[in-house]
Amino acid sequence: MQKAQSKVFMYLILVFSSVFIFNLLGCSSGKPQSIAKATITVWHWMTDREPSFQELAKRYEAKTGIKINFELYAPSDAYTQKVRAAAQGFNLPDIFGILGEKRDFSSFIKAGHILDLTSYMEENNACWKNSFFEKALAVNEFSEGNSYGIKAGIYGVPIDVMTIQMLYNKNLLKNLGLNPKNPPLTFQEFIEIGKKIKAANMAGLVSGWGELWMIDCFANNYAFNIMGKDKVLATIRGEVPYTDPDWIKVLSLFKDMRDSGVLATGLVTMVNKTAEQLFANEKAVFAFNGSWCVNVYKGMNPNLDYGVMLPPQVSDRYPINIWGGAGSSFMVNGRAKNKEEAIKFLQWLTDRDQQAYLAEATNNLPANKNSISKIPVILAQFANGMDYATHPSIWGVSEFSAVIEAWGQGIQSIILGEKTPEQVASGVQKIKARELAKKRNRNP
Amino acid sequence: MKFKSTLENYLFVLPAVVIFSIFYVIPFIWVFQLGMFDWDGILPTKVFVGLGNFKEIFLQDPNWWQAMRNASYITFIALTFQNALAFLLAWACDREIRLKNFYRVVFFIPPVLSEIVVGMAWRFIINDIDGANIINRTLMNLGLGQFVHNWLSDPKTALTTVALVHSWKGFGWGFLIFLAGLQTIPRELYESARVDGANAWQSFRKITVPLMVPVIVLVAILTILGTMQAFVLIIGLVGGELAGHTSVPVLRILASMRGSSRFGYACAQGITFGLVLVIISFIQYRFSKRTRQI
Repeated sequence: MQKAQSKVFMYLILVFSSVFIFNLLGCSSGKPQSIAKATITVWHWMTDREPSFQELAKRYEAKTGIKINFELYAPSDAYTQKVRAAAQGFNLPDIFGILGEKRDFSSFIKAGHILDLTSYMEENNACWKNSFFEKALAVNEFSEGNSYGIKAGIYGVPIDVMTIQMLYNKNLLKNLGLNPKNPPLTFQEFIEIGKKIKAANMAGLVSGWGELWMIDCFANNYAFNIMGKDKVLATIRGEVPYTDPDWIKVLSLFKDMRDSGVLATGLVTMVNKTAEQLFANEKAVFAFNGSWCVNVYKGMNPNLDYGVMLPPQVSDRYPINIWGGAGSSFMVNGRAKNKEEAIKFLQWLTDRDQQAYLAEATNNLPANKNSISKIPVILAQFANGMDYATHPSIWGVSEFSAVIEAWGQGIQSIILGEKTPEQVASGVQKIKARELAKKRNRNP
Repeated sequence: MKFKSTLENYLFVLPAVVIFSIFYVIPFIWVFQLGMFDWDGILPTKVFVGLGNFKEIFLQDPNWWQAMRNASYITFIALTFQNALAFLLAWACDREIRLKNFYRVVFFIPPVLSEIVVGMAWRFIINDIDGANIINRTLMNLGLGQFVHNWLSDPKTALTTVALVHSWKGFGWGFLIFLAGLQTIPRELYESARVDGANAWQSFRKITVPLMVPVIVLVAILTILGTMQAFVLIIGLVGGELAGHTSVPVLRILASMRGSSRFGYACAQGITFGLVLVIISFIQYRFSKRTRQI
């Protein structure tokens, strides 16, 4: 009896093990799914735009019968991980966005995850292409002979545009005895205001400098202003060292700002959300932030009286450049079943009326230049900065990640008073030399 | 017959072996294999670099070793301050004191809270720029204005502040285990000692501590493994690595994977870190065995 029970138990174990293994190996029989009407799935990370996207999805379904399934994955870090994991498992949705550098964008294209949209953009005398701001499209474009080895073309659709600039609180400037209609135009004026801020025991500049990319962005603005685009790009290519006097001058600006007192306490541990709260609550005179902040500040303090300005210039030799271009873009999955429907939806989404609705509802700058007339004044100030906008994605070359990290951390060390600009420049150059040597060894 | 019996035995352990292999052995081998490639996690092609990633970790990555030093420092504080506090409180609660059940519950609240919540809450308590600045205000009210400080943004104090908050959050686990260990010590031993004229300190030194050694070793192993892998609390408190001053190995692995898109290198870092933890656990296991023999 006991033997028989043991046998039954053994067989049960065998059966359960087999079922378990087959299930894990994906051998279970799946039921065929019948799709009556196409459903387009869109993955995004834009929490503030979610209600507007849902509204637009409803409108599109009412118009075409095609259901648009917007799926929000936030925060952006979690979204990035989800997209990467889905790419590895070939489970990307019909439409998605990429958060990362141009290098990552090119990897997705090389892996076949992103559809080349050039032919669609060029249809009907390039009607779709021409509706966008040139700089918004440039972020999604790969030019002929690009260093990433990607076939020239357009691979993404910009949904909105952004610029990252400086903001000033008009009331706090008034409290400092300054005219809010005349924000500082030169770096020296900015430093002088810093001294007043320090004397008044107020917080000066706030920004998300705990996140390295915003420091990199700020420093880059001044690198362009001090040495010009060509020299910056030559440095990235490895032709000019970071120990060059111009780069040391860029780093010295952070020392000057620290010494003057224009930087808020705790800036190097500050995430951008904290910086936004401080500026919105009128606890800081200046902020360095992107145009997305208009919506954020409106939510936090609708009465906030502030203005937008370009970072105060150090030199007259070259114009100051700010980071700007496509704020967020959508790509079409190269392996999606519903490619054509997905493209049609993106054409509709970026059409004038939908873009105007998005701009009005979310306070983001529209990517469609025909929708710009209806935007609020403060957003128009951000839009004016588009003339000065540039972005690493359109430079055609990209810096090593290790160098960017060392650069950002080095600037943090200067602000903390631990290192001199010369020490940071020397450290960054060492890492640059190491990365260049490694690249040469791998691609002799 | 013997073969059938052996087969039966193997079949009984088969499900466990299959699950263990699928969820532990295969991923480990896969991660080790990925550690030998230069890969960004997206491209279908990977460049084989052999042990190049491991060589870079050991010889060319000072940030990694700074992160290891930082994690070791937090672990040292946890091993000493956190566990001493846990042991003392457990010892106090093991005695006949009023409200001891209430204290047990209160001491166990921090460990069950989410790390990110604890980080944000303490940031609010400590920070002067985006928080209530309670610590500095208290110091001012006590006339200790000279000690007012930017605890989290000063690299000299940030890591220690992180370590102390981590200890506050973690001592409840040690407290519970120590308390359970203390309750297994026969009360007769204390009574005999008292009859023989031993005072409280002598009983603690001669009875409690020797009998608690295996428990102390267990708590030490758990503390090291838990603390070396801490990172969420740091994100909540400091927001990041503060120019490397609050970086820890897991944050470095995340930076390689997300910031630099170096998936292969991140895998190599993960394997290296895992091996360090295995070696520490092994040493402690040997130590624990030896103490049991004593």
